[in-house]
Order: sequence, then C-alpha cells, then structure tokens
Amino acid sequence: MSTLTSAARDSSVIAWRNLLTVRRTPGALVTGIVQPVIFVFLLAFVFGGSLGGAPYREFLIGGILAQTLTFNSSFTAVYLAKDLQLGLIDRFRSLPMSRVAVILGRTTSDLATGSISIVVTMVCGLIIGWRITEGFGSALLAILLLLLFGFAMSWIGAFIALTARSVEVAQSLGLIWLFPVTFLSGAFVSVDSLPGPLQAIASWNPVTAVATSVRELFGNVSPAGYTSGTGWAADNPILYAVISCVAVIALFSTVAVSQYRRISRR
Amino acid sequence: MISIDQLSKNYGTFRALDKINLQVDQGQIFGLLGPNGAGKTTTVKILSTLVRPDSGEAVIAGNSVTADPTAVRASIGLSGQYAAVDEKLTGHENLVMVGRLYGMSRQESRARARELLHEFAIVDVKDKRAGAYSGGMRRRLDLASALVFRPPVVILDEPTTGLDPRGRLDTWDVISTLVGEGTTVLLTTQYLEEADQLADRIAVIDSGKVIAEGTSDELKVSLGAERITLTLARRDSLDETLRILERIIGVSNRAQTDSTGMRLTVPAPLGQKTLLQVLDALNSGGILVTEAALSRPTLDDVFLDLTGKPASPETSPSQSADAEVDV
Repeated sequence: MSTLTSAARDSSVIAWRNLLTVRRTPGALVTGIVQPVIFVFLLAFVFGGSLGGAPYREFLIGGILAQTLTFNSSFTAVYLAKDLQLGLIDRFRSLPMSRVAVILGRTTSDLATGSISIVVTMVCGLIIGWRITEGFGSALLAILLLLLFGFAMSWIGAFIALTARSVEVAQSLGLIWLFPVTFLSGAFVSVDSLPGPLQAIASWNPVTAVATSVRELFGNVSPAGYTSGTGWAADNPILYAVISCVAVIALFSTVAVSQYRRISRR
Repeated sequence: MISIDQLSKNYGTFRALDKINLQVDQGQIFGLLGPNGAGKTTTVKILSTLVRPDSGEAVIAGNSVTADPTAVRASIGLSGQYAAVDEKLTGHENLVMVGRLYGMSRQESRARARELLHEFAIVDVKDKRAGAYSGGMRRRLDLASALVFRPPVVILDEPTTGLDPRGRLDTWDVISTLVGEGTTVLLTTQYLEEADQLADRIAVIDSGKVIAEGTSDELKVSLGAERITLTLARRDSLDETLRILERIIGVSNRAQTDSTGMRLTVPAPLGQKTLLQVLDALNSGGILVTEAALSRPTLDDVFLDLTGKPASPETSPSQSADAEVDV
C-alpha cells in the first residue's frame, strides 16, 4: 500500500473513532454550539444598537462565522492533548500506521464540530434578520471556504497540543491567541476605525479576509462607511483567504508532524 | 527473536539504560524484573519504537528498531502499563480500531475482534464503553489489543500493576494460556512472584544495568542453599533453640527471628540432612516445634541479595508482612 493511501485509510479510521467519541460526549459540543449563539445575540443587541442596528446585524454574521471557525483550533488542541495524556497516542505510535494519520484524522473529524457551529451561527443569523441574498452556489462556496479555514485552524491547534502535551496547557494556549487574532480584524468592526498600525495588521489578517469573503458570497452589504482595510488582501479577499489557509495548512502540518515524531526522542 | 546489544539511553544526566545486553529466543516468555526506575519501561519504549536509544541496537524479528521502526511495529503487540484503551469506545470498537490500524480489512478486524472478545471473556460487555470496565476487564481488553494482529512478539509492560489479587491471577492466566504457542513475550514486572510464575527466563535489572540473568531456578540456586523455617511452640525456648542451631550450623550462619520470637529462619547447608539434624537435636533438647519446613530461597531473597535493597515497597502480594529482626 502506498504511503498516501495508507495515510488516507488510517486517517479515516482515526476520524471514525473521533466522531464516535464526540457523539458520546455531547458535552464537548456545548462550546461549539453555545458560543456562536452567545456571540451573535450579544454583539447584535448589546453592541449592534450603537454600531448601526439592522445593517450591522447583516454585517455581523460573516464576522462571527470567521471567528467561530478559529475556535476549531482549540477543539483540536484539547482533544489531541487528551489522547496524548491518556497514553492512546503511545498505542497509535506503536502500530504500523501512518505517522500523519493521528493528526489528519483529528483535524478532519473536527470539521464536524465546525460544521455544527456554522449551522448554529446561520440559524441565529436568520433569527436576527440576516439573509443569504446571493445564489445557492455562492453560499455553498462561502461554507466551503469556512470549512477550509476551520481545517487550517485545526492544524494550528494540533501543533499546540503536541507542543504543550498536557490538557491544561493545551486548553489555555489553544484559546488565548484566538482573542487578539479574531478581534484585530474586520470581523466585527470597520478596519478604518482602528488606529494606524492595527489597521495594517487587520487588513492582512486572514480572519478579515474570511469574514469579508463570506459576506461577499452571501451577498451581505456592510453598513455605510465600513471597510475591510486597504491593500491587495483587502482588494482580493477570497483569493487571499484561500492562499492564507493553504499556507497555514502547509506550515502547521509540517511542524505538527515533526513535533509528533519528536515525541519519540523524549 | 529479540536481541538487545549495548543499549543505552540517557534522560539529561540520568542514565536510564547502561549498555544492556539481552537475548530472547522465539517462543520464550522473558521477564524483565526490577524496581521502579530500574529501566524497564525505557527498555519497553525503545523496543516498541516509542523512544530512540542513544546508542546500541535492538533487533526484533530481524528488524532494527532504529533502522526500520515500521517493520518492527508490524511485528509487535504492545500492552502498556496504563492500559491505553479508548474509554469512549466499546470493547468491540477498540479491537476493530486496532485491527484496522494494523492494516487489516474491516471484515477481518471484526472477525478477529469477536474471537478475542470470546477468548478474553469480555464478550458480555463488548458493547459497553471501555470506560465502564473494571480494572481487570480493561487490562484484558488492553492485552487483547496487543494480540489483534497475532504478532510474533508481544511486549507487556507491567501487565498487573494496579490490579487486585483476583485481577492479577486472571491476567496471569490469560498470559500463560492465550499468548499463543510460539509467540515471544517480553514482560516487565516489579513482582517477583509474577516473574517466577510466568517467565521462562528472567533478567534482573537495577539502575539501568542487568545484574543477573537466568531461569528462576538458576537465580535461586545462585543464591545458595536451602533454608529451614521453624515455628516454636513456646516463646521461652528461643534461646535454647538458638544455641542448638549454632552448634549444628555454625556461628557464621545466624538465624533470623521474626517479631513474635517464635518463628526462625536458618540456612540449611546440607538441605534435608541439616533439617533432620536440627529436628533430632531439638527433640533431644525437649523443644517443641509446631512447624518445620525446608524451602528454597524465594526470588525476593534473590532480589534482596542482588540489589541490596528489598523489592519495591509495594511488593509481591504473597510476601509475609513479618518484620524480621537479626538476633
């Protein structure tokens, strides 16, 4: 069996096992479900009023979708760290299976959590008046882009878990960077409203690109005067979003797998 | 089947393994006996390719753990100290998963899982999550996972640590009956009794070095003579008894008396003959004994003799709790 097919096969076994685990511990899904609900209603009705009312609510959903998918990384980090801590990874590593499979299976199955979050966020959006105004194909592309983004974020989480190696550390490390990364972006505000240097960061932040692309693909109009920054990334959000996802996957899959191998030199 | 040559591993400045050499023949059950921190788990981790050695070589079924770890993984089954079963999966699912990861087809994995669930007497709980299993059942499931692929070499890292006596006996049973004929087994243990019961050959390791190797009998013989254990009927006959023993066995071999002052252990240089001499002398001296036994040294004695310290504090279950004092 070639390396590629065995990697795919082993990953699917691991993903199957992960999904069974998720199904049997629905408590773990609470974060994935409750969090977007809280964010949608909190931002729509607490901040939304001063930020522009109905037009802001339409704008908001794209941002929350992008933000929600970054949290995929923390799910991956925690689940993988748990497997490491319980010694399951040791069993996997003593089996003649693909070295990538444990991580690839994880990042793939965590897309299920991501998908649930997407559905929940969209339903909340519909409740507060957000609508899809572009066609079905375009909406589908938006969802695919979000899944690609969530997948990329998962690889960052995998790297964190394999570096931290304890559930507690993985949990806090896996969460803490998400806040600056999601808020220093055009996910919730107009990039123009940020001070100079932060504007540049937000303009090139992939979260901005994902949020902007999703709005475009769903046909959501930003409130008057809202911008998603300046520069090539801001002008080509979809292309930039895809490129940055691919780059993150390439980089973090490399470091995560090498970290996985390195555990053996303990 | 397993060949370990000059294997060394350091963790920082701590020397976990210091040029270990071991040979395990095909079909043999080999016991690696030592206290906590002796290097047992490090050896297991190197053999199962989880850890790379700093120097030296280990070859399993013709494949080097450093040069061809993938081939090694395909020829071993590992059952770890911490019983790494997936608690969220059922027993059946656990075994199917392992089979699939060994590269077996879905059908093959399922058939093999059913077979093992029967053999290991966990078929009644096969559809319950492993998290709900008792310690003994978990250990059996973990052991079964190691045998899914019918590997030629099975590595068991402290298979009974943390089990109650019943679970321990169960597990011994499983190891001696279910690990098939021709399968080579390397097991580590800190229980002398366990090595004695299960292993064809034993290596005693301490501080990363092999300090003795041989069959359980050989190790006991190397410690020397048999010993006599006496239980006196009356405590006040102790002094007289000691005098008699000294006369027969000599002053160099001091008797050990337990805290009750009624139970003594003395070496018997001539075995049965010494026992008869002792009983005869005690009889003439009018000293009543309620019990007299001739026995060979236990592995506990071997261990104490070799390492200069008793086996781990939490030692074999059958060991007597008597505090022995030098008289």
